[in-house]
Amino acid sequence: MTGRLSWEALPTYGAIVTFAAVLVLSLIVMTVAYLTWTGKWGYLWREWLTSLSHKRIGIMYIIIAFVMMLRALLEAMLMRAQQAVALNNPGFVDAEHFHQLFSTHGTVMIFFVLMPFITGLINKVLPLQIGARDMAFPWLNAVSLWLTASGAGLVIMSLLLGRFSTGGWSGYPPYTGIDFSPGTGVDYWIWALALSSISTTLSGINFLVTITKRRCPGMGWMRLPLFVWTTACSSILIIFAFPSLSVATLLLALDRTLDMHFFTNDLGGNMMHYVNLFWLWGHPEVYILILPAFGVFSEVIATFSSKTLFGYRSLVYATVVITLLSFTVWLHHFFTMGSSASVNAFFGIMTMVIAVPTGVKIYDWIFTLYRGRIRFSVPMLYALAFIMTFVLGGVSGVLLAIPPFDYVVHNSAFLVAHFHNMLIPGTLFGMMAGYTYWFPKATGFRLDEYWGRLGFYGWLVGFYLAFMPLYLLGLMGMPRRLQQYDQPEWQPLLIVAGAGALIILLGALCQLIQLIVSIRRRRTLADRTGDPWDARTLEWTIASPPPEWNFSVIPNVDERDPFAAEKGKGHAYPLPARKDYQDIELPRNNGLPFVLGVLSFWLGFALVWHLWWLAILTLLGSAGCLARRSFQRDSEKRISAENLYQYDRKRHQQLQKLAGHHALNEGFRWENKVD
Amino acid sequence: MMAPAQQERLRGYLLGFVLALLLSLVPFACVHYQWLDRFPTMATIGICAVLQVLVHLRYFLHLRLSEAKERFWLLVFTLLLIGLMVGGSLWIMWDLTDRMMGH
Repeated sequence: MTGRLSWEALPTYGAIVTFAAVLVLSLIVMTVAYLTWTGKWGYLWREWLTSLSHKRIGIMYIIIAFVMMLRALLEAMLMRAQQAVALNNPGFVDAEHFHQLFSTHGTVMIFFVLMPFITGLINKVLPLQIGARDMAFPWLNAVSLWLTASGAGLVIMSLLLGRFSTGGWSGYPPYTGIDFSPGTGVDYWIWALALSSISTTLSGINFLVTITKRRCPGMGWMRLPLFVWTTACSSILIIFAFPSLSVATLLLALDRTLDMHFFTNDLGGNMMHYVNLFWLWGHPEVYILILPAFGVFSEVIATFSSKTLFGYRSLVYATVVITLLSFTVWLHHFFTMGSSASVNAFFGIMTMVIAVPTGVKIYDWIFTLYRGRIRFSVPMLYALAFIMTFVLGGVSGVLLAIPPFDYVVHNSAFLVAHFHNMLIPGTLFGMMAGYTYWFPKATGFRLDEYWGRLGFYGWLVGFYLAFMPLYLLGLMGMPRRLQQYDQPEWQPLLIVAGAGALIILLGALCQLIQLIVSIRRRRTLADRTGDPWDARTLEWTIASPPPEWNFSVIPNVDERDPFAAEKGKGHAYPLPARKDYQDIELPRNNGLPFVLGVLSFWLGFALVWHLWWLAILTLLGSAGCLARRSFQRDSEKRISAENLYQYDRKRHQQLQKLAGHHALNEGFRWENKVD
Repeated sequence: MMAPAQQERLRGYLLGFVLALLLSLVPFACVHYQWLDRFPTMATIGICAVLQVLVHLRYFLHLRLSEAKERFWLLVFTLLLIGLMVGGSLWIMWDLTDRMMGH
């Protein structure tokens, strides 16, 4: 009845672990108490948990990302502190716990910070940029959200009951097989990943269908904002690559629970096939993470240079070429497996080739800056830091593409420095820029500039201090994932890296303060026009936050950067005639996706602890949810044309008032001051 | 009574379902009852898998080659990517086998 669950599962094997578990538990209790005290449960259920609106779903994704980031950052801090002191002594984190720390840090950062952050931003922005009212499949979209949330829930659960995997974020067998890791850790890792990968695959399909089917009239492929292009390519990568991860982890689960032998040495299995399948997903994943960030930077750099993007077509072609090439390089993650020279040479050369389209993009961004009227606002600061720092990471990547060099530094701190150098200034800075840039669109007020800058400098300075020493340490021969060491010459550099991690943590703290300060100053920071940055694309034509239907009348586009063009021509805010308005239908709120998420959380939990009765119940329940949905008839609500028309007229009057003696139809350029 | 169009649709789905079921049962049976030698068994599984994909495309996703050009090119792109992934994996794993179990 209780499977593998027993009192032993309680987190009592170390002071830090127990403290963390108590902290998590009390945070949960406090949240529940707060919601009950203020009577917000009904509001939460009606407005958020059951919402199918892409705008709400996007915000909830980003909240998940921030909560999980806090955890993963604290883990990083613990590891850096441990390595700073653990010269010839065991430090304060024991080996088993240290291995859990780097495994959760990687898993959480990739699957439950960067992925939800990207998905959230895409959700929030994509329909607005292509002039659509929602995603192509709003219900499926909510299912994706709650599957991600339940995966994140499983990772958090591993703090409270049992332990997490010690096999690193990539979980190579045979170490993660049942013989060497008999506990629940690897199972937590497998099922959290399984939920996240199903969720992401569904999102990818949703995004791609939305882009192909829901573009407004006139929005041809070569008029799409670059963020939409990168999202489309990222979705293609998701659709093709993620099944490989799902298969790899599920086969590992079969090995572990049903005594199969896909990845064992005996009975015909081959552990290297896991590695192959994992990186067959893992390399495209790198581009799944980076392409949307490229999109954000393209939007930010164009807007804050007050110029149209330089070389739009070359940026599009570069993105598409990267999409294709990213399926031809995966072996560079396991050069040291021992393939023949021709295999290694092929994948090494392809890896160098893929740097070319990326280089094209860098030049395009620099030429966009050239002779632009640059405003050094927070998103732009992230973009500029990205260009400089990402090139460094790219160059170290080209070094690693050379197999003999890879043999020398493989599994060393050099590699750790390299991929953090890609993911932090690349993806994470991109997401921070996007978060700051689109925050007013989501909430109706801007983020505080001062604290935003402090946060930015924390991340930038902290990043350099934390990761540049790791390049050196790697070249000095320091392996990754070390709990303690006996080389005195490593320690000074590790202390610098620890200081860097602390500064990053301070930067993140500034961002938390920024959020609180901005909410308190929301009246002064309010975005009344809907166009706070003098931006160029469709999402800025409508109010901030947009009405639930986004566009009262679906716009008609006849060039790239449509809003900038209309402002230039002096008809930025046309008021359509009454006869152009039509009744529209929007999806009603629906609780089933949330229920599905809860059920899949317990399904994952049951599979981890071998509670087979619970697994069967939750599976039946999930099937029931899907069947129930297909019998729901009255799933849409109607909004009348008259309502839409009145809404638009009121907004137009407000805009007129804000414009005062200025010509409204040239936009609010005059209001944009450089802070 | 169902409308003829609806009946037609139901027939399509049922046919697809039966075919999909058959194409799953045959490989399982092949392995379980060991009807064939090792290589013919693997070949049967492979062929059934490809046919399975085609059945899904035809009966569940309603894909027709005669339709829009865009879809045709999407299919070509899909084949290219799958070719890269499967071909690359085979190349890598055979190369490894060759070096590990070599002559």
